[in-house]
Amino acid sequence: MDTQNLPVERGSLMKSWQVQRRVIFALLMRETLTRFGRHNIGFLWLFVEPMIFTLGVTTLWTLTQALHGSNLPIAVFAVTGYSSVLLWRNMPSRLIGSIEPNLSLMYHRNVKVIDIFLARLLLEFAGATTSFAALSIFFVTIGWFEPPEDILKVVAGWLMLTWFGFSLAILLGALQELYEFVEKLWHPASYLLFPLSGAAFLVEALPDSAQKVLLILPMVHGVEFVRDGYFGSQFNAVYDLPYMAAVCAIMSLLGLSILRKISRAVSPQ
Amino acid sequence: MIRLENVRKDYSTRNGPVSVLKSIDLTVNPSERVGILGRNGAGKSTVIRLISGAEQPTSGSITRTMSVSWPLAFGGAFQSGLTGLDNLRFICRIYGTDPADKEDFVQEFSELGTYLREPVKNYSAGMRGRLAFAISMVVEFDCFLIDEIVAVGDAKFHEKCQEELFVKRAERAMIIVSHDAHYIRDHCDRAVVLSAGSMHHFDNINDSYDFYTEHRL
Repeated sequence: MDTQNLPVERGSLMKSWQVQRRVIFALLMRETLTRFGRHNIGFLWLFVEPMIFTLGVTTLWTLTQALHGSNLPIAVFAVTGYSSVLLWRNMPSRLIGSIEPNLSLMYHRNVKVIDIFLARLLLEFAGATTSFAALSIFFVTIGWFEPPEDILKVVAGWLMLTWFGFSLAILLGALQELYEFVEKLWHPASYLLFPLSGAAFLVEALPDSAQKVLLILPMVHGVEFVRDGYFGSQFNAVYDLPYMAAVCAIMSLLGLSILRKISRAVSPQ
Repeated sequence: MIRLENVRKDYSTRNGPVSVLKSIDLTVNPSERVGILGRNGAGKSTVIRLISGAEQPTSGSITRTMSVSWPLAFGGAFQSGLTGLDNLRFICRIYGTDPADKEDFVQEFSELGTYLREPVKNYSAGMRGRLAFAISMVVEFDCFLIDEIVAVGDAKFHEKCQEELFVKRAERAMIIVSHDAHYIRDHCDRAVVLSAGSMHHFDNINDSYDFYTEHRL
Protein backbone atom coordinates (compact mmCIF):
# COMPACT_ATOMS: atom_id res chain seq x y z
CA MET A 1 0.00 0.00 0.00
CA ASP A 2 1.30 3.37 -0.99
CA THR A 3 1.47 5.37 2.24
CA GLN A 4 1.00 8.61 0.32
CA ASN A 5 -2.56 7.60 -0.44
CA LEU A 6 -3.62 7.43 3.18
CA PRO A 7 -6.59 9.63 3.92
CA VAL A 8 -5.65 13.20 4.68
CA GLU A 9 -7.98 13.30 7.64
CA ARG A 10 -5.58 11.12 9.56
CA GLY A 11 -2.51 13.18 8.71
CA SER A 12 -0.96 16.12 10.43
CA LEU A 13 -0.98 19.68 9.20
CA MET A 14 2.34 18.95 7.51
CA LYS A 15 0.78 16.05 5.64
CA SER A 16 -2.11 18.21 4.48
CA TRP A 17 0.33 20.83 3.28
CA GLN A 18 2.18 18.14 1.28
CA VAL A 19 -1.04 16.96 -0.32
CA GLN A 20 -2.10 20.49 -1.13
CA ARG A 21 1.27 21.32 -2.67
CA ARG A 22 1.05 18.17 -4.79
CA VAL A 23 -2.46 19.02 -5.95
CA ILE A 24 -1.62 22.63 -6.76
CA PHE A 25 1.43 21.51 -8.72
CA ALA A 26 -0.68 19.00 -10.67
CA LEU A 27 -3.25 21.71 -11.42
CA LEU A 28 -0.52 24.15 -12.45
CA MET A 29 0.87 21.67 -14.98
CA ARG A 30 -2.60 20.88 -16.27
CA GLU A 31 -3.55 24.55 -16.52
CA THR A 32 -0.37 25.34 -18.43
CA LEU A 33 -1.11 22.55 -20.90
CA THR A 34 -4.78 23.41 -21.44
CA ARG A 35 -4.07 27.12 -21.80
CA PHE A 36 -0.94 27.11 -23.90
CA GLY A 37 -0.67 23.59 -25.29
CA ARG A 38 2.50 22.22 -26.80
CA HIS A 39 2.29 24.13 -30.08
CA ASN A 40 4.69 26.86 -31.21
CA ILE A 41 6.17 28.61 -28.16
CA GLY A 42 3.87 26.82 -25.71
CA PHE A 43 4.03 28.02 -22.13
CA LEU A 44 6.27 30.96 -23.07
CA TRP A 45 2.99 32.71 -23.94
CA LEU A 46 2.50 32.96 -20.20
CA PHE A 47 4.76 36.00 -20.12
CA VAL A 48 5.12 36.83 -23.81
CA GLU A 49 1.49 37.94 -23.94
CA PRO A 50 1.74 40.43 -21.04
CA MET A 51 5.05 41.63 -22.49
CA ILE A 52 3.41 42.40 -25.82
CA PHE A 53 0.65 44.27 -23.98
CA THR A 54 3.09 46.31 -21.95
CA LEU A 55 5.33 47.05 -24.93
CA GLY A 56 2.30 48.16 -26.94
CA VAL A 57 1.16 50.54 -24.23
CA THR A 58 4.71 51.82 -23.73
CA THR A 59 4.95 52.54 -27.45
CA LEU A 60 1.57 54.28 -27.55
CA TRP A 61 2.32 56.43 -24.55
CA THR A 62 5.77 57.31 -25.89
CA LEU A 63 4.33 58.35 -29.24
CA THR A 64 1.50 60.41 -27.76
CA GLN A 65 3.70 61.75 -24.95
CA ALA A 66 0.82 60.95 -22.61
CA LEU A 67 0.22 63.44 -19.83
CA HIS A 68 1.63 62.08 -16.64
CA GLY A 69 2.50 65.31 -14.96
CA SER A 70 6.30 65.18 -14.94
CA ASN A 71 9.27 64.97 -17.21
CA LEU A 72 10.19 61.39 -16.40
CA PRO A 73 11.19 59.06 -19.17
CA ILE A 74 7.84 57.74 -20.34
CA ALA A 75 9.09 54.16 -20.74
CA VAL A 76 9.75 53.55 -17.04
CA PHE A 77 6.44 55.16 -16.19
CA ALA A 78 4.56 52.94 -18.65
CA VAL A 79 6.32 49.70 -17.74
CA THR A 80 5.80 50.11 -13.99
CA GLY A 81 2.20 51.26 -14.47
CA TYR A 82 0.96 48.80 -17.03
CA SER A 83 2.73 45.80 -15.50
CA SER A 84 0.96 46.58 -12.23
CA VAL A 85 -2.40 46.72 -13.96
CA LEU A 86 -1.82 43.36 -15.64
CA LEU A 87 -0.86 41.86 -12.30
CA TRP A 88 -4.02 42.67 -10.37
CA ARG A 89 -6.53 42.94 -13.21
CA ASN A 90 -5.99 39.55 -14.84
CA MET A 91 -6.33 37.61 -11.59
CA PRO A 92 -10.07 38.19 -11.05
CA SER A 93 -10.69 37.61 -14.77
CA ARG A 94 -9.04 34.19 -14.49
CA LEU A 95 -10.94 33.15 -11.37
CA ILE A 96 -14.45 34.32 -12.20
CA GLY A 97 -16.21 31.29 -13.67
CA SER A 98 -13.23 28.98 -13.13
CA ILE A 99 -15.15 26.43 -11.06
CA GLU A 100 -17.54 25.19 -13.74
CA PRO A 101 -14.94 23.93 -16.26
CA ASN A 102 -13.07 22.19 -13.44
CA LEU A 103 -16.02 20.43 -11.83
CA SER A 104 -14.97 17.03 -13.14
CA LEU A 105 -11.69 17.30 -11.22
CA MET A 106 -13.57 17.63 -7.95
CA TYR A 107 -14.26 13.91 -8.09
CA HIS A 108 -10.83 13.70 -6.53
CA ARG A 109 -11.27 14.37 -2.84
CA ASN A 110 -8.09 16.39 -2.48
CA VAL A 111 -8.92 18.79 -5.29
CA LYS A 112 -10.75 21.72 -3.74
CA VAL A 113 -11.94 25.00 -5.18
CA ILE A 114 -9.16 26.82 -3.31
CA ASP A 115 -6.57 24.68 -5.10
CA ILE A 116 -8.00 25.54 -8.49
CA PHE A 117 -8.01 29.21 -7.50
CA LEU A 118 -4.45 29.12 -6.16
CA ALA A 119 -3.08 27.30 -9.19
CA ARG A 120 -4.54 29.92 -11.52
CA LEU A 121 -3.40 32.80 -9.31
CA LEU A 122 0.15 31.47 -9.14
CA LEU A 123 0.22 31.14 -12.92
CA GLU A 124 -0.96 34.73 -13.36
CA PHE A 125 1.57 35.92 -10.81
CA ALA A 126 4.38 34.05 -12.57
CA GLY A 127 3.38 35.48 -15.96
CA ALA A 128 3.05 39.09 -14.87
CA THR A 129 6.20 38.98 -12.75
CA THR A 130 8.34 37.41 -15.46
CA SER A 131 7.05 39.95 -17.95
CA PHE A 132 7.82 42.87 -15.61
CA ALA A 133 11.28 41.56 -14.78
CA ALA A 134 12.16 40.75 -18.38
CA LEU A 135 11.05 44.17 -19.65
CA SER A 136 12.93 45.93 -16.84
CA ILE A 137 16.11 44.08 -17.70
CA PHE A 138 15.60 44.76 -21.41
CA PHE A 139 15.04 48.50 -21.02
CA VAL A 140 17.85 48.93 -18.52
CA THR A 141 20.19 47.06 -20.85
CA ILE A 142 19.36 49.25 -23.85
CA GLY A 143 19.59 52.28 -21.60
CA TRP A 144 16.00 53.58 -21.84
CA PHE A 145 15.78 53.71 -18.09
CA GLU A 146 17.91 53.36 -14.99
CA PRO A 147 17.90 50.29 -12.74
CA PRO A 148 15.58 50.55 -9.70
CA GLU A 149 16.89 52.81 -6.95
CA ASP A 150 15.61 50.48 -4.23
CA ILE A 151 14.87 47.03 -5.53
CA LEU A 152 13.49 45.76 -2.20
CA LYS A 153 10.89 48.48 -2.28
CA VAL A 154 9.92 47.48 -5.81
CA VAL A 155 9.56 43.87 -4.67
CA ALA A 156 7.52 44.88 -1.60
CA GLY A 157 5.18 47.04 -3.70
CA TRP A 158 4.83 44.26 -6.25
CA LEU A 159 3.94 41.78 -3.51
CA MET A 160 1.36 44.19 -2.08
CA LEU A 161 -0.24 44.47 -5.52
CA THR A 162 -0.16 40.67 -5.73
CA TRP A 163 -1.98 40.42 -2.41
CA PHE A 164 -4.53 42.91 -3.69
CA GLY A 165 -4.98 40.85 -6.86
CA PHE A 166 -5.26 37.57 -4.92
CA SER A 167 -7.83 38.89 -2.45
CA LEU A 168 -9.93 40.66 -5.09
CA ALA A 169 -9.83 37.59 -7.33
CA ILE A 170 -10.81 35.13 -4.59
CA LEU A 171 -13.60 37.43 -3.45
CA LEU A 172 -15.04 37.89 -6.95
CA GLY A 173 -14.40 34.27 -7.98
CA ALA A 174 -16.36 33.05 -4.96
CA LEU A 175 -19.11 35.66 -5.31
CA GLN A 176 -19.63 34.62 -8.93
CA GLU A 177 -20.89 31.26 -7.68
CA LEU A 178 -23.58 33.03 -5.65
CA TYR A 179 -24.43 35.82 -8.08
CA GLU A 180 -23.96 35.19 -11.78
CA PHE A 181 -23.94 38.90 -12.58
CA VAL A 182 -20.51 39.37 -10.97
CA GLU A 183 -18.95 38.41 -14.27
CA LYS A 184 -21.07 40.95 -16.14
CA LEU A 185 -20.11 43.72 -13.72
CA TRP A 186 -16.42 42.85 -13.60
CA HIS A 187 -15.89 43.53 -17.31
CA PRO A 188 -16.93 47.19 -17.21
CA ALA A 189 -15.44 47.62 -13.73
CA SER A 190 -12.00 46.36 -14.74
CA TYR A 191 -12.10 48.58 -17.82
CA LEU A 192 -13.11 51.66 -15.85
CA LEU A 193 -10.68 51.01 -13.01
CA PHE A 194 -7.67 51.01 -15.32
CA PRO A 195 -7.43 54.80 -15.80
CA LEU A 196 -8.14 55.31 -12.08
CA SER A 197 -5.67 52.71 -10.82
CA GLY A 198 -2.59 54.90 -10.74
CA ALA A 199 -1.05 53.30 -13.80
CA ALA A 200 -1.51 56.35 -15.99
CA PHE A 201 -0.80 59.17 -13.53
CA LEU A 202 1.37 60.15 -10.60
CA VAL A 203 -0.73 61.04 -7.58
CA GLU A 204 1.25 64.20 -6.78
CA ALA A 205 0.39 65.62 -10.21
CA LEU A 206 -3.34 65.62 -9.42
CA PRO A 207 -5.33 68.29 -7.58
CA ASP A 208 -5.88 67.63 -3.88
CA SER A 209 -9.56 66.86 -4.25
CA ALA A 210 -8.89 64.20 -6.90
CA GLN A 211 -6.08 62.70 -4.81
CA LYS A 212 -8.41 62.21 -1.89
CA VAL A 213 -10.90 60.27 -3.96
CA LEU A 214 -8.39 58.19 -5.90
CA LEU A 215 -6.44 57.19 -2.80
CA ILE A 216 -9.51 55.23 -1.72
CA LEU A 217 -8.49 52.69 -4.37
CA PRO A 218 -5.94 50.35 -2.75
CA MET A 219 -3.97 49.59 -5.92
CA VAL A 220 -3.02 53.27 -6.32
CA HIS A 221 -0.90 52.96 -3.17
CA GLY A 222 0.78 49.84 -4.53
CA VAL A 223 1.71 51.39 -7.86
CA GLU A 224 3.06 54.50 -6.13
CA PHE A 225 5.18 52.31 -3.87
CA VAL A 226 6.60 50.32 -6.79
CA ARG A 227 7.46 53.59 -8.56
CA ASP A 228 8.95 55.02 -5.37
CA GLY A 229 11.32 52.05 -5.36
CA TYR A 230 12.06 52.43 -9.04
CA PHE A 231 12.61 56.17 -9.45
CA GLY A 232 11.58 57.66 -6.11
CA SER A 233 14.15 60.46 -6.23
CA GLN A 234 12.42 61.99 -9.26
CA PHE A 235 8.95 62.50 -7.77
CA ASN A 236 7.09 62.56 -4.47
CA ALA A 237 5.33 59.24 -4.04
CA VAL A 238 2.03 59.28 -2.15
CA TYR A 239 0.99 56.06 -0.44
CA ASP A 240 -0.35 54.57 2.76
CA LEU A 241 0.63 50.91 2.88
CA PRO A 242 -1.13 50.12 6.19
CA TYR A 243 -4.35 51.35 4.59
CA MET A 244 -3.77 49.14 1.54
CA ALA A 245 -2.93 46.19 3.78
CA ALA A 246 -6.10 46.71 5.80
CA VAL A 247 -8.29 46.73 2.69
CA CYS A 248 -6.54 43.61 1.36
CA ALA A 249 -6.91 41.85 4.71
CA ILE A 250 -10.64 42.58 4.85
CA MET A 251 -11.13 41.44 1.25
CA SER A 252 -9.10 38.27 1.94
CA LEU A 253 -11.17 37.37 4.98
CA LEU A 254 -14.41 38.08 3.20
CA GLY A 255 -13.32 36.18 0.09
CA LEU A 256 -12.09 33.15 1.99
CA SER A 257 -15.23 32.93 4.10
CA ILE A 258 -17.49 33.08 1.04
CA LEU A 259 -15.22 30.55 -0.65
CA ARG A 260 -15.59 28.23 2.32
CA LYS A 261 -19.33 28.54 2.10
CA ILE A 262 -19.57 27.85 -1.63
CA SER A 263 -16.97 25.05 -1.49
CA ARG A 264 -19.30 23.01 0.66
CA ALA A 265 -22.01 23.25 -1.94
CA VAL A 266 -19.89 22.42 -4.99
CA SER A 267 -20.96 19.15 -6.53
CA PRO A 268 -18.63 17.37 -8.98
CA GLN A 269 -19.87 16.62 -12.47
CA MET B 1 -13.35 0.83 7.73
CA ILE B 2 -15.80 3.34 6.38
CA ARG B 3 -18.68 4.49 8.55
CA LEU B 4 -21.58 6.73 7.65
CA GLU B 5 -23.69 7.87 10.58
CA ASN B 6 -26.91 9.77 10.27
CA VAL B 7 -25.86 11.20 6.95
CA ARG B 8 -28.22 13.65 5.36
CA LYS B 9 -27.78 15.40 2.03
CA ASP B 10 -29.90 18.27 0.77
CA TYR B 11 -29.56 20.05 -2.52
CA SER B 12 -30.97 23.47 -3.05
CA THR B 13 -33.38 23.85 -5.96
CA ARG B 14 -35.64 26.62 -7.17
CA ASN B 15 -38.39 25.13 -5.05
CA GLY B 16 -36.35 25.10 -1.89
CA PRO B 17 -34.08 22.39 -0.50
CA VAL B 18 -34.66 18.79 -1.59
CA SER B 19 -33.54 15.94 0.64
CA VAL B 20 -31.82 13.33 -1.51
CA LEU B 21 -30.66 11.30 1.48
CA LYS B 22 -32.64 11.56 4.70
CA SER B 23 -30.70 9.66 7.32
CA ILE B 24 -28.27 7.04 6.08
CA ASP B 25 -26.13 4.66 8.13
CA LEU B 26 -23.64 2.34 6.51
CA THR B 27 -20.51 0.52 7.64
CA VAL B 28 -18.07 -1.09 5.24
CA ASN B 29 -15.25 -3.24 6.62
CA PRO B 30 -11.91 -4.02 4.96
CA SER B 31 -12.20 -6.60 2.14
CA GLU B 32 -15.97 -6.35 2.15
CA ARG B 33 -17.90 -5.93 -1.08
CA VAL B 34 -21.06 -3.95 -0.65
CA GLY B 35 -23.57 -3.24 -3.38
CA ILE B 36 -25.86 -0.24 -3.43
CA LEU B 37 -29.02 -0.85 -5.43
CA GLY B 38 -31.45 1.81 -6.46
CA ARG B 39 -33.28 3.21 -9.42
CA ASN B 40 -32.16 6.23 -11.40
CA GLY B 41 -32.30 9.25 -9.15
CA ALA B 42 -32.47 7.26 -5.92
CA GLY B 43 -29.27 8.93 -4.69
CA LYS B 44 -26.77 6.16 -5.44
CA SER B 45 -24.17 8.43 -6.97
CA THR B 46 -24.67 10.95 -4.16
CA VAL B 47 -23.83 8.26 -1.61
CA ILE B 48 -20.70 7.34 -3.56
CA ARG B 49 -19.60 10.95 -3.82
CA LEU B 50 -20.13 11.47 -0.10
CA ILE B 51 -18.13 8.35 0.73
CA SER B 52 -15.33 9.46 -1.59
CA GLY B 53 -15.19 12.85 0.13
CA ALA B 54 -15.80 14.73 -3.11
CA GLU B 55 -18.93 16.16 -1.50
CA GLN B 56 -19.78 17.05 2.07
CA PRO B 57 -22.92 15.85 3.84
CA THR B 58 -25.46 18.43 4.99
CA SER B 59 -25.34 16.78 8.40
CA GLY B 60 -24.08 13.57 9.97
CA SER B 61 -20.58 12.13 9.94
CA ILE B 62 -18.45 10.08 7.59
CA THR B 63 -15.36 8.31 8.96
CA ARG B 64 -12.71 6.78 6.74
CA THR B 65 -9.89 4.75 8.25
CA MET B 66 -8.82 3.18 4.97
CA SER B 67 -7.80 4.84 1.73
CA VAL B 68 -10.72 5.29 -0.62
CA SER B 69 -10.62 5.75 -4.39
CA TRP B 70 -12.42 8.43 -6.33
CA PRO B 71 -15.74 7.24 -7.79
CA LEU B 72 -14.59 5.07 -10.67
CA ALA B 73 -16.92 5.49 -13.59
CA PHE B 74 -16.65 5.58 -17.33
CA GLY B 75 -17.26 9.25 -17.77
CA GLY B 76 -16.10 11.92 -15.38
CA ALA B 77 -12.85 12.83 -13.70
CA PHE B 78 -11.16 13.50 -17.05
CA GLN B 79 -10.08 16.56 -18.97
CA SER B 80 -11.20 16.19 -22.55
CA GLY B 81 -8.78 18.81 -23.83
CA LEU B 82 -5.78 16.86 -22.57
CA THR B 83 -4.30 13.72 -24.06
CA GLY B 84 -4.82 10.35 -22.41
CA LEU B 85 -1.21 10.41 -21.27
CA ASP B 86 -1.55 13.88 -19.72
CA ASN B 87 -4.65 12.72 -17.90
CA LEU B 88 -2.68 9.79 -16.52
CA ARG B 89 0.10 12.12 -15.38
CA PHE B 90 -2.40 14.46 -13.74
CA ILE B 91 -4.01 11.64 -11.73
CA CYS B 92 -0.59 10.32 -10.71
CA ARG B 93 0.53 13.76 -9.53
CA ILE B 94 -2.61 14.24 -7.48
CA TYR B 95 -2.23 10.93 -5.72
CA GLY B 96 1.56 11.08 -5.42
CA THR B 97 2.31 8.09 -7.65
CA ASP B 98 5.17 8.05 -10.16
CA PRO B 99 3.62 8.06 -13.65
CA ALA B 100 6.75 6.74 -15.37
CA ASP B 101 6.22 3.11 -14.40
CA LYS B 102 2.47 3.27 -15.07
CA GLU B 103 2.60 4.40 -18.69
CA ASP B 104 3.33 0.92 -20.04
CA PHE B 105 0.45 -0.58 -18.10
CA VAL B 106 -2.04 2.00 -19.35
CA GLN B 107 -0.71 1.74 -22.89
CA GLU B 108 -1.14 -2.01 -22.89
CA PHE B 109 -4.36 -2.31 -20.93
CA SER B 110 -6.28 0.43 -22.70
CA GLU B 111 -5.27 -0.86 -26.15
CA LEU B 112 -5.23 2.75 -27.32
CA GLY B 113 -1.92 2.66 -29.18
CA THR B 114 -0.91 6.06 -30.53
CA TYR B 115 -4.27 7.53 -29.49
CA LEU B 116 -2.87 7.83 -25.98
CA ARG B 117 -1.11 10.96 -27.26
CA GLU B 118 -4.29 12.43 -28.74
CA PRO B 119 -6.74 14.68 -26.85
CA VAL B 120 -9.43 12.65 -25.10
CA LYS B 121 -12.13 14.63 -26.91
CA ASN B 122 -11.19 12.78 -30.12
CA TYR B 123 -11.86 9.39 -28.52
CA SER B 124 -14.91 7.25 -29.13
CA ALA B 125 -17.05 6.36 -26.11
CA GLY B 126 -15.48 2.90 -25.99
CA MET B 127 -11.96 4.33 -26.06
CA ARG B 128 -12.78 6.71 -23.22
CA GLY B 129 -14.11 3.82 -21.21
CA ARG B 130 -10.95 1.82 -21.76
CA LEU B 131 -8.73 4.76 -20.80
CA ALA B 132 -10.82 5.50 -17.71
CA PHE B 133 -10.61 1.93 -16.50
CA ALA B 134 -6.87 1.65 -17.15
CA ILE B 135 -6.14 4.90 -15.29
CA SER B 136 -8.41 3.84 -12.43
CA MET B 137 -6.19 0.83 -11.86
CA VAL B 138 -3.01 2.89 -11.63
CA VAL B 139 -3.43 4.12 -8.05
CA GLU B 140 -3.90 1.51 -5.34
CA PHE B 141 -6.55 1.96 -2.66
CA ASP B 142 -7.91 -0.13 0.23
CA CYS B 143 -11.41 0.50 -0.98
CA PHE B 144 -12.63 1.08 -4.52
CA LEU B 145 -15.81 2.99 -5.26
CA ILE B 146 -17.43 1.81 -8.45
CA ASP B 147 -20.23 3.70 -10.10
CA GLU B 148 -22.23 1.83 -12.78
CA ILE B 149 -19.24 0.08 -14.28
CA VAL B 150 -21.25 -2.64 -15.98
CA ALA B 151 -21.47 -1.69 -19.62
CA VAL B 152 -18.03 -1.17 -21.02
CA GLY B 153 -16.35 -2.24 -24.24
CA ASP B 154 -16.62 -5.59 -25.93
CA ALA B 155 -16.74 -8.98 -24.25
CA LYS B 156 -12.98 -9.42 -24.33
CA PHE B 157 -12.27 -6.08 -22.66
CA HIS B 158 -15.04 -6.73 -20.17
CA GLU B 159 -13.26 -9.93 -19.16
CA LYS B 160 -9.97 -8.09 -18.70
CA CYS B 161 -11.67 -5.58 -16.39
CA GLN B 162 -13.25 -8.34 -14.35
CA GLU B 163 -9.86 -9.99 -13.94
CA GLU B 164 -8.11 -6.75 -12.99
CA LEU B 165 -10.74 -5.67 -10.50
CA PHE B 166 -12.23 -8.78 -8.93
CA VAL B 167 -9.40 -11.31 -9.23
CA LYS B 168 -6.23 -9.26 -8.82
CA ARG B 169 -7.86 -7.03 -6.20
CA ALA B 170 -9.91 -9.69 -4.51
CA GLU B 171 -8.75 -8.66 -1.03
CA ARG B 172 -9.80 -5.00 -1.40
CA ALA B 173 -13.03 -3.54 -0.15
CA MET B 174 -15.43 -2.36 -2.83
CA ILE B 175 -18.61 -0.37 -2.89
CA ILE B 176 -20.48 -0.95 -6.11
CA VAL B 177 -23.41 1.13 -7.20
CA SER B 178 -25.83 -0.13 -9.82
CA HIS B 179 -29.43 -0.46 -10.86
CA ASP B 180 -28.59 -3.93 -12.17
CA ALA B 181 -29.52 -6.38 -9.42
CA HIS B 182 -27.89 -9.36 -11.16
CA TYR B 183 -24.56 -7.64 -11.35
CA ILE B 184 -24.67 -6.72 -7.67
CA ARG B 185 -25.68 -10.24 -6.68
CA ASP B 186 -22.80 -11.73 -8.67
CA HIS B 187 -20.11 -9.46 -7.26
CA CYS B 188 -21.06 -8.41 -3.74
CA ASP B 189 -21.18 -10.01 -0.31
CA ARG B 190 -24.16 -7.95 0.71
CA ALA B 191 -26.25 -5.14 -0.66
CA VAL B 192 -28.35 -2.25 0.53
CA VAL B 193 -31.27 -0.76 -1.35
CA LEU B 194 -31.81 2.97 -1.69
CA SER B 195 -35.26 4.32 -2.22
CA ALA B 196 -36.95 7.61 -1.44
CA GLY B 197 -33.94 8.87 0.48
CA SER B 198 -33.77 5.92 2.85
CA MET B 199 -31.38 2.98 2.93
CA HIS B 200 -32.74 -0.54 3.49
CA HIS B 201 -30.36 -3.05 5.05
CA PHE B 202 -30.53 -6.84 4.66
CA ASP B 203 -28.73 -9.73 6.28
CA ASN B 204 -28.00 -11.54 3.07
CA ILE B 205 -27.66 -10.62 -0.52
CA ASN B 206 -30.58 -12.65 -1.79
CA ASP B 207 -32.96 -10.75 0.48
CA SER B 208 -31.76 -7.47 -1.00
CA TYR B 209 -32.13 -8.89 -4.47
CA ASP B 210 -35.65 -10.10 -3.78
CA PHE B 211 -36.67 -6.84 -2.15
CA TYR B 212 -35.32 -4.81 -5.02
CA THR B 213 -36.81 -6.93 -7.79
CA GLU B 214 -40.18 -7.51 -6.10
CA HIS B 215 -40.75 -3.87 -5.32
CA ARG B 216 -39.55 -3.01 -8.81
CA LEU B 217 -37.54 -0.31 -7.15
